[in-house]
Amino acid sequence: MAEITYREAVRQALREEMLRDERVFLLGEDIGRYGGSYAVTKGLLEEFGEKRVRDTPISETAIIGAAAGAAMDGLRPVAEIMTINFTLVAIDQIINNVAKIHYMFGGQFRCPIVIRTVGGGRRLAATHSQNLEVLFAHIPGLKVVAPATPYDAKGLLKASIRDEDPVVFIEHALLYGTRGEVPDEEYVVPIGVSDIKRRGRDVTIVAYSRMTREALIAAEELAKQGIEAEVVDLRTLRPLDMGPVLDSVARTNRVVVVGEDWRSFGIGAEVASRIQEEAFDDLDAPVLRVNQQEVPTPYAANLERLAFPSSQQIVEACLEVLNIRVGASVAAG
Amino acid sequence: MTNERQEAVLLPHQKEKDHLLHLYRMMLLIRRFEERAAEEYTKGKIAGFLHLAIGEEPANVGTMAALRPDDDVFSHYRSHGHALARGMDPRAVMAELFGKETGVSRGRGGSMHLASLEHHFWGGYAIVGGHIPLAAGMALAHEYRGSDRVVLCIFGDGAVNTGAFHEALNLAGVWRLPIVFAVSNNFYGMGTAIERSSAVTEVYKRAAAYNMPGKRINGNDVLEVEATVRELVERARAGEGPSLVEMVTYRFRGHSMADPELYRSKEEVEQWKARDPIVVFRRRLEEEGTADAAELDAIVQEVEATVEDAVRFADESPEPDPDALFDYVYVNP
Repeated sequence: MAEITYREAVRQALREEMLRDERVFLLGEDIGRYGGSYAVTKGLLEEFGEKRVRDTPISETAIIGAAAGAAMDGLRPVAEIMTINFTLVAIDQIINNVAKIHYMFGGQFRCPIVIRTVGGGRRLAATHSQNLEVLFAHIPGLKVVAPATPYDAKGLLKASIRDEDPVVFIEHALLYGTRGEVPDEEYVVPIGVSDIKRRGRDVTIVAYSRMTREALIAAEELAKQGIEAEVVDLRTLRPLDMGPVLDSVARTNRVVVVGEDWRSFGIGAEVASRIQEEAFDDLDAPVLRVNQQEVPTPYAANLERLAFPSSQQIVEACLEVLNIRVGASVAAG
Repeated sequence: MTNERQEAVLLPHQKEKDHLLHLYRMMLLIRRFEERAAEEYTKGKIAGFLHLAIGEEPANVGTMAALRPDDDVFSHYRSHGHALARGMDPRAVMAELFGKETGVSRGRGGSMHLASLEHHFWGGYAIVGGHIPLAAGMALAHEYRGSDRVVLCIFGDGAVNTGAFHEALNLAGVWRLPIVFAVSNNFYGMGTAIERSSAVTEVYKRAAAYNMPGKRINGNDVLEVEATVRELVERARAGEGPSLVEMVTYRFRGHSMADPELYRSKEEVEQWKARDPIVVFRRRLEEEGTADAAELDAIVQEVEATVEDAVRFADESPEPDPDALFDYVYVNP
């Protein structure tokens, strides 16, 4: 076991898969000589050369389209889109081509690409710090992964590169410097498996990506008040593995769903809806959501702080959802 | 099929004749196939959009005749002619229009999404210009592997004002990819005339912006199309990079079956119809003594029977199994 950063975990996954499989190559803006705008691909050009680490023009449509076309012929491209905001420039390629190529030709072709991109950010204002995962999670034909820890980032990226279907792999700008333990030996984390990151009997917090980290901080805070929160990390948004969520709800009967996306029509809306459809009788209170406020991200520091969800808001939501028995729970504790 | 025409120059008269009759047969097949498809559309057997290429058959047939069987084709939503000229079974193409399981795309795609892995026919795409980056990506795969396959990417004059066209041609130019971009200039993007939509109406001139050769040819002369496309394909195969060929042609019918054609005059259409390229080609075959009227009439009869058989086959074929609704969304769900 070594403790490494999320950034290093992603880089290790890319490097190991490139060593394992000659068909894997990288393409994207400034991933080579510049070293990657978040320095994820630093050193890979030197190790693998320009054939396999390809700097592209600022042409997101061409990056995704070319990756998809190469994948149709059997290669395993990993396309980096510098931030998730720029995927919008290529949304036609992603939704009308990548997600449809297997289906609309009756299963004749495959499109096994990975689109690596980055959500979140700070002090970058309205168009450079969005959390747009829901756009992709909505689309049949895509798989969408959003890991929270170095361990999951490495294992899930390796699984994504090996997957026969297209995967949108969403990293988080504020997680790159975070550290976690990663095994020295080879491992893969399967796509489509949620993970309980902390056990607790009183309330379930469902989260993914950076919000998993905030949820764990909130759980520590709640523990000081005698409340044991269970934290379920979705890890994959599509296909959504509701099993661990529903198991947890059956035990806690109270749920808070946390996302850095906007609340309306978001990931939390989907999770809450599934819970009421599949576990209505397990609920002792309405499912609550914690999300980014419904404004474009402001630049000003104070306004930005107000806009993004925090661990404190998660604590408050948990207390609210526990309102009826919070006294009893604390007394019992 | 490989270098059929090239060999024809060297080999005896019969080989040359067979090839010319093959071109005639293919153009007639496309014409008759589409006329019958239009009839079936009005009967309600074919639904949605049906885009006919009647009048553009030489460009359809000449491009396909210039390719090796293992070269790759990407086409757009007006692709019945390309599919037939590529050698796809008229029965399976018609069945796709009928939405049947026996269709080339198992009924999942319809008229706009014909494809055949066996024929390296990587699909008809219906977002204007959206497939051009895919084609560039497959050319990238050939370069990556050191394969001598070449990609032919076909689109209409309407596609050249999309961002996808620009990004893909620039990428192909920067990376010197083995691809030929073939634009069928029929002077209208749906109902908007090219001089109302393009600052530069001679599409081939745009090649200069991507550091590749551009050629403008008579797209209604099947032999000129075949010879030019072959030259450009072999140039790409020899590692000399991408090119753009503009095939000037005209569509006799509306944009789709729903088009009242208010944007062009009857006189203009009649002028082009008076120079019907299939009639012109037949006259040439007769005048040059390649074939007599009886031989050519026999081909007409043969094509008629092929198309009637295709319609019957499509009509009698089963619809997809309702239990298969979710097939092909993912390779590994």
